[in-house]
Amino acid sequence: MPIDWFTVVAQALNFLVLVWLMKRFLYQPVLDAIAAREKGIREERADADAVKVQAGKDREEFQRKNEAFDRDRAELWTKATDEAKAERQKLVDAARMDADALATKRREALAAQSETLNRELGRLAQKEVFAVARKALADLANADLEEQMVLIFATRLRTMEGPAKQAFAFALRSAAQPALVQSSFDLAQAGRDKICLALNETFSAAIPVRFETSPSLVSGVEISSDGQKMTWNISEYLGDLEKDVQDLLQVKTA
Amino acid sequence: MRLSPDQWIFWQHGFAKINATLAFTWGLIFVLSLGSKLLTRKLSSTAERSSWQNLLEILVLGIQKQIEEVGLENSHKYLGFLGTLFLFVATSSLCTILPGFEPPTASLSTTVALALCVFVAVPFFGIEDRGLGGYLKSYLEPSAIMLPFNLISELSRTLALAVRLFGNMMSGGMIVAILLTITPFFFPLVMTALGLLTGMVQAYIFSILAAVYIASAIHAQTPEPNSAPAP
Repeated sequence: MPIDWFTVVAQALNFLVLVWLMKRFLYQPVLDAIAAREKGIREERADADAVKVQAGKDREEFQRKNEAFDRDRAELWTKATDEAKAERQKLVDAARMDADALATKRREALAAQSETLNRELGRLAQKEVFAVARKALADLANADLEEQMVLIFATRLRTMEGPAKQAFAFALRSAAQPALVQSSFDLAQAGRDKICLALNETFSAAIPVRFETSPSLVSGVEISSDGQKMTWNISEYLGDLEKDVQDLLQVKTA
Repeated sequence: MRLSPDQWIFWQHGFAKINATLAFTWGLIFVLSLGSKLLTRKLSSTAERSSWQNLLEILVLGIQKQIEEVGLENSHKYLGFLGTLFLFVATSSLCTILPGFEPPTASLSTTVALALCVFVAVPFFGIEDRGLGGYLKSYLEPSAIMLPFNLISELSRTLALAVRLFGNMMSGGMIVAILLTITPFFFPLVMTALGLLTGMVQAYIFSILAAVYIASAIHAQTPEPNSAPAP
C-alpha cells in the first residue's frame, strides 16, 4: 500500500485548518456560552445569598421591632388602663361631689321653701286669726279687736308683780325719756287713756307716755323704758303655730 | 477494487493531485465548519437553551472530561487538537452510511498525516509545558540506556497509530464491499452497522491515545499506560 506523501501533507494541513475552524466555530462559542451561564449562575447565587443575608437581617429587625412594639403596646395599655382608672375615679368623685352639692342645694332649697312656706303660713294664719278673731269678737261681744288688745295689755300691766314689776317701776322712774308705747295699729284716744290709767295705777305714779305706731310689731302692744320691756302680741300664738307647722313638715319630709 | 480512496483521482498535475481522500476531507471540513457555525449562531447563556445547544455542550464537555480523566489538567488547551481528532475520525466513520462516500480515514495517507500531527503535537505540548531541556530529559528516563528504546517507542507508536486506524477503517470498507458481492442483502447491512460502531471506537481510541501520549510527555513520571485500548 503506497503512501502518497502529497496527500499526507495536504491532509495534515487540512487537519490543522479543521482544528482552527473547530476552535473558531465550535469549541470557543460553546465554552464561552457555558462560562457565561456559569458566571450568571454564580452571580445569581451570590445575589441570592446576599438577598438571603438581607432577608435574615430584615427578619431580625422585624422581630426586634415586633418585640419593641409589643413592649410599647403593653406599656401603653398599662398606662391607658391606669389613666382610665384614675379618670374614672376622678369622674366618680366629681359625680359624688356634684350629687352631694345637689343634695345640699336641694336640702337648702327645701329648707328655704319650708321657711318661705312658714312665713307665708304665719302671715296667712295671722291674717286669718285676725279676721276670725275680729269677726268672732264683733259677732259675739260687739267688741273691737284693737280694743280687746288694749284691755288685755292693760290687764297684764295691772297683774304684773314681783321682781319684774319692781325692775320696770325702777326703769320708769329713772328714765329721762317718757315711756314708749308702740302698737301695730293706731291707738284710739280711749285705748291710750286706758293704758295710761293702768300704768298710773300699777306703779302708783303719773307715768309720762309717748305713743308710736310700729308696723313691725305683729298685732300687739309694747311698752319699753330704759331697757325694760313688756309686750303682748299675737306673735306668741303665731310662734306656737309655727312650731306646730314645722313639726308637721319635718314629719312629712322625713 | 480500490483499496484506498487515494487511488480515486479527480485531477492531477505533476505530483499535485486531487483525489477522493482530499475531496471527501474538504467535504467533511465544510460540513463540520458550516454545521458548527450554524449551530453556535444563537447560543444562549441563560438556563433556557435549545436541544442542539444541549447536544453541543454534551459533546464538548464530554471530550473535555475525557481529556481530564487522562490526566491533562488544563483540558481547554488540548481541546482543539484532541477534540478535532475525535470529531474528524468519528464523522468520517459515520458518513460511511452515505452511498458512494469513501472515508478519508480509510486512506493510509490520511492516517499517517494524523499520526504525524500527533507525533509533532507530543513534543510541542511537552516542550511548551516543561521546556526543551525538561522534555529531552524525559528520553533519558529512567536511565540513559533507555534513550534508543524511547526513540523507537516514539516512532513505533506513531506508526501504530497510523496503521491501526487505517487497518480498521479500510478493513471495514473492504468487508462491506466483499460481502456485497457474496450476500447482497442482509450481511452488508449488519456489517455496516458494525463498521459504524468500529469507527466510533477507533475515533475514541485514536484521540485517547493521542491524549495519553501528550500526557506522558507533560508528566515525566507518568508511565505510558499499558492498559491503553487496542484493537
